Amino acid sequence: MSASDDIWILGISMTKFGKHADRDVVDLGAEAITAALADAGITMNDVGVFAAGNLMGSAGIAQQLQKQIGQTGIPAYNVSNACATGATALRTAIMAVKAGETDIGLACGVEKLAGAGLLGAGGQEKSVGHEWTPSGRYGAVGPIDGRIGTEAMPGVFAQIGMEYLHDHQYGGTAFELFARISEKNHSHSTLNPLAAYSKAMPLEQIMNDIMIAYPNTRPMCSANCDGASAAVVVSGEKLRTLSLEQQRRAVKVSASILTSDPFEQACQVLPNINTLTRNAAEQAYEQAGVGPDDLDLVELHDCFATAELVHYDNLMLCEEGGAVDFFESGAPWRDGRMPVNVSGGLQSKGHPVSATGIANIWEVCQHVRGEGGPRQIEGAKVGLAHVIGLGSACGVHILEKSGLAA
Amino acid sequence: MSTATTIPFVDYLVLEPEPHLIAHECTGCGARYFDRRNACAGCFATEFRDVDVASDGIVRSFTIVTFAAPGVEVPFVAALVDCDGTSVRGNIVNCPPDPEHVTLGMAVRLTTVAVGADDNGVQAVNYGFEPR
Ligand SMILES: [Zn+2]
Repeated sequence: MSASDDIWILGISMTKFGKHADRDVVDLGAEAITAALADAGITMNDVGVFAAGNLMGSAGIAQQLQKQIGQTGIPAYNVSNACATGATALRTAIMAVKAGETDIGLACGVEKLAGAGLLGAGGQEKSVGHEWTPSGRYGAVGPIDGRIGTEAMPGVFAQIGMEYLHDHQYGGTAFELFARISEKNHSHSTLNPLAAYSKAMPLEQIMNDIMIAYPNTRPMCSANCDGASAAVVVSGEKLRTLSLEQQRRAVKVSASILTSDPFEQACQVLPNINTLTRNAAEQAYEQAGVGPDDLDLVELHDCFATAELVHYDNLMLCEEGGAVDFFESGAPWRDGRMPVNVSGGLQSKGHPVSATGIANIWEVCQHVRGEGGPRQIEGAKVGLAHVIGLGSACGVHILEKSGLAA
Repeated sequence: MSTATTIPFVDYLVLEPEPHLIAHECTGCGARYFDRRNACAGCFATEFRDVDVASDGIVRSFTIVTFAAPGVEVPFVAALVDCDGTSVRGNIVNCPPDPEHVTLGMAVRLTTVAVGADDNGVQAVNYGFEPR
């Protein structure tokens, strides 16, 4: 084996997202892996490296999975990178293949979140009968969540969207604008049988639902749910030794990028999810040799309706500062110029955090393989998948239709 | 035993003589932080000096939180306030928590908020921002 710049997805899968009350994380991860291996036409014997991620369960998900699906003695990496965990597992497998350590890698992300409360919120109230005692890095005498801003994700991402509107002097009604973005994604979800929620929602229903953190109502927030996804990656050299059918269905990973946020003033006050996404997109376009105009579809990290807007700009799908106009033009609807989140996005498909970073790549692969079924974007050849883990980590992958065995 | 009757809710809030915030400013690049530092994330320098932060600011972003973790009182307005170039996190107080009264670009000033007394009768005092 030699170092390879030529990386392909040989097989990929996601489970249905939703409530899986009778199954644990290992069941879900094993289902995704088994399906990805079958999709790739290989077994665990062919896999040379394995990376897996899970945030909310017990430690060592990779080995827990190996014990159910196949213990072959290969290196196993447990990765954790917030909502970018799945993409990070995939990057880990890709790096090992790129480095020439092996020619086939496997990655899996799995989460059980159905019924989980607010992510990120910290309410570790001190026991009563107390003396105010400064602690932690702010010398705080009590929990700051709710007293100095919000720690919970809906409010953090609400502020990120509102900041964009402030910085670009938006004159319209913020609430309705963001609700219409959510309306688009819920509409898209009706064609996705694997989505946790696949019901269209009229604008009024979205706006009249329970307010979580203005301007995000409940349907404008990603749904906590259970799910898993897995992918098999292969070097180009190895792929060319496999069957014509495997070569034809393989999806080229034209770019695989992971960034963290570079320091800017105030980025530790309100998280800056913009700069690291723009950096990842720039590097991805450069690596893939494609530009935003070449994309046939985009799956971006709409963990909240307020987040989707800023990423139109960050991923350079529009002119700088032009995210509102881009949305108003109808471009990101599935019949628009640049379909965004035709899966229904995290707001309807659901967001089992560790699974999300591979599931969005699965969606793009369906389309560039021409296997998208009723929601196929006709003639799709190139797509981009984006994920953000707050803290922050950003993964961007550009996927291209195989030109092999054509 | 302390004889203080008040204690700031966080150590970057100074109560006397006038309540104001301080930031730890990197002597290398001027980056401002509110937490205890090991080094500067921008230029890696390790020297900081405490500087006063302007108490008047404008609301760069906000959210009205109506659903929160147990123990967190709702509704409240969480905001990002630009205090003459320094971004500060804080709640908007002394203002109805609705989008008719809280707006982007709104002018606000620092104020204090009583949090309560501990068993020794020491009052914890937090900060917030109110319309000006
Ligand atoms: Zn510095």
